[in-house]
Amino acid sequence: MKPHSDLFETGNGVTSSAPDPQAGGSPPVRPRVALMVTCLVDLIRPSAGFAAVKLLEDAGCEVVVPSQTCCGQPAYNSGDKQTARSLALQIMDGFAGCDFIVAPSGSCAGMAAKHFPDLFADDPNLSGRARAFAAKTHELVSFLTDVMDVESVDVRFKGKVTYHDSCAGLREMGIKSQPRKLLASIDGLELVEMKDAEVCCGFGGTFATKYGDISNAIVTEKTGNITESGADMLLAGDLGCLMNMAGKLSREGKKIEVRHVAEVLAGMTDTPPIGGSEDEHVSADKEQGR
Amino acid sequence: MTSVSTSPQFKSNVQQALHDTQLQKALANVRHTVIDRRAVAAAALPEFEELRDQARDIRNHVLEHLDLYLARYEQKVVECGGHVHFARDSREACNIITGIAKARGAKTVTKGKSMVSEEIGLNEALERAGIEAIETDLGEYIIQLRGETPSHIIMPAVHLNQEDVEQEFRRQHRHLDSARNLDDAETLLAEARGILRDKFIAADIGVTGANFLVAETGSSIIVTNEGNGDLTQTLPKVHIVVASIEKVTPNLEDAAAIIRVLARSATGQDMSVYTTFSTGPRRTDDVDGPEEYHVVLVDNGRSAMIGTEFQDMLRCIRCGACMNHCPVYHAVGGHAYGWVYPGPMGAVLTPSLIGVDKGGHLPNASTFCGRCEDACPVRIPLPKLMRHWREREFERHLPPLRFRTGLAIWGYFARRPRLYRAATSMTMRALSWLGRKRGHLTKLPLAAGWTDHRDFAAPQGKTFQAQWKKQRRNQGRKRS
Repeated sequence: MKPHSDLFETGNGVTSSAPDPQAGGSPPVRPRVALMVTCLVDLIRPSAGFAAVKLLEDAGCEVVVPSQTCCGQPAYNSGDKQTARSLALQIMDGFAGCDFIVAPSGSCAGMAAKHFPDLFADDPNLSGRARAFAAKTHELVSFLTDVMDVESVDVRFKGKVTYHDSCAGLREMGIKSQPRKLLASIDGLELVEMKDAEVCCGFGGTFATKYGDISNAIVTEKTGNITESGADMLLAGDLGCLMNMAGKLSREGKKIEVRHVAEVLAGMTDTPPIGGSEDEHVSADKEQGR
Repeated sequence: MTSVSTSPQFKSNVQQALHDTQLQKALANVRHTVIDRRAVAAAALPEFEELRDQARDIRNHVLEHLDLYLARYEQKVVECGGHVHFARDSREACNIITGIAKARGAKTVTKGKSMVSEEIGLNEALERAGIEAIETDLGEYIIQLRGETPSHIIMPAVHLNQEDVEQEFRRQHRHLDSARNLDDAETLLAEARGILRDKFIAADIGVTGANFLVAETGSSIIVTNEGNGDLTQTLPKVHIVVASIEKVTPNLEDAAAIIRVLARSATGQDMSVYTTFSTGPRRTDDVDGPEEYHVVLVDNGRSAMIGTEFQDMLRCIRCGACMNHCPVYHAVGGHAYGWVYPGPMGAVLTPSLIGVDKGGHLPNASTFCGRCEDACPVRIPLPKLMRHWREREFERHLPPLRFRTGLAIWGYFARRPRLYRAATSMTMRALSWLGRKRGHLTKLPLAAGWTDHRDFAAPQGKTFQAQWKKQRRNQGRKRS
């Protein structure tokens, strides 16, 4: 095991159970989970990161947060393989010594789980490590349900929510039923499906600014479907998509709160919604009778 | 001679498409129908996913042994009394076809739907040679009247609404009663059929494409829904099949296996209405068929893709499922892509065939949502192949300087965590302060592409990592 001086320890001294993530049966006992908080959550919406920590700790995990910047996906998808490789390696080095790597994002988890092995496929020294790292990487909600066997969350929430299936989460990581299952366990929460929940919101990373006009056409279609659903809150598991949809809803003057699904699952909805202000949030609270 | 491309002007094409209300209306109509039909057809066939694997494997096998199967196919066609011509590029292909037409003194050529004929610019070449080319597929016929190119590989006129067709027919079919009723699709179809019937009978040569070239039998197979292909290839004295080299398939069983996923993926039909085989010219005991049978096999850059990271693209069976499922295609339609092949398959194939310097926008104009790969019957990893183009472009410094500089600066910081944390902490606090009132920013320097259309959520303030570090430090202090 490599030394990991940059890890901020939880300090409770419990040793890892070193579980086999592929094994069936009972969930691992107090696994050591490194949170890949993702650059967007780190910089824009830390509260979603703390919600992820709470969910992981409630599920019995020891959470550590290694020093991190970005998984390298922007470089990878821009054709800059060299930068992508060095950022991937930085993550693999920084996150050594954990049982699992968990990200509150299907896209960033997908980058590590599906694309790190491709990045190092030709490198005999690193390909094995990349594959092993990939096998330990999970998206937050699916990790809770599929690895930690979380069946429900003990949260109360009053409101009508709709859930957008972010593309990488859905198609790379197979996330569809998991968030819905946990949301359904929340007392007072009504989940309504929007039309075309599985269709891209038009974010696509740098695509949203490089081809802003096309991105706008796609997200306009999406916000139309969100509005039609009648929900008063939009949830998803990826902050990039959420910022895109929240930004469009706000530009359209629509009063629909937008949050990372982890915030609702963790019962941490006391912060203003994504792109929303304190004032709007307070009034929304009153309407919902909380 | 290859069909002219406006792919380098992709961005202005997009502007035009987004502001074309008629186009947007037509696109809204197609956004769901074919997707839903495909989903129903796929769900109705328990072995659909296995069939996709099988189709992928057959196509891969062909590409690994392309030379062998092409030689076998050529031999069989010759044995059946046909002629095979190999064309390196569009110019050669057009010259071969116009040469045959001139030798027969042909004045008119009827055509079945063929994307490779669009690729080589055959209609223009025939026109230059003084030969009239008549498209007989209804969609192709409509766009030919309008002087347009197909906007979809299987639904060439999908960018048009019924009233556009009515207007065009009234403008072009002047010999018919101007007060006639053209209110519904069936009347429009009947009118086109009546006009095309005479063209079929008068044609000297029929040109069709091919969905499959069967090496075992020397047959070409086309799948159609209108029957125009049959009339095109059986009525004239000369039948010319024009097809790209990768269409070859080992045998009839393999072709049948792929046919099972083709129409289901394309239109959601179990099978297209017509699946038509042509094998050589008319034999003495045949009731009909052409006197002469030619096959023009077009390479046009495909053999150069073999052995590269783009080889998988040659598995494509031209069903159009990728574009049917593509949010970018839904937004801008097919013409914006600027060349023959639109949508995700076009975004990969176009740079291969006309050069990444011309087609470079196309693989970049994708969100990588992955729906195309999910729908592809032969499992082409389209996003991955688009990413490979981006890599080639990056190596050649083709992306705009501003983008490359931005990426380099970001990469510099991202590789230096301490510096990154210092720089981002400062920036996020500044942005948070700027957006403190509304919770978002309506304008951001260097990000107009974002803020022209939507607000930018203000950061909450301190970064997660800064807060986490402080929290853990405090907890440590409490314990000690």
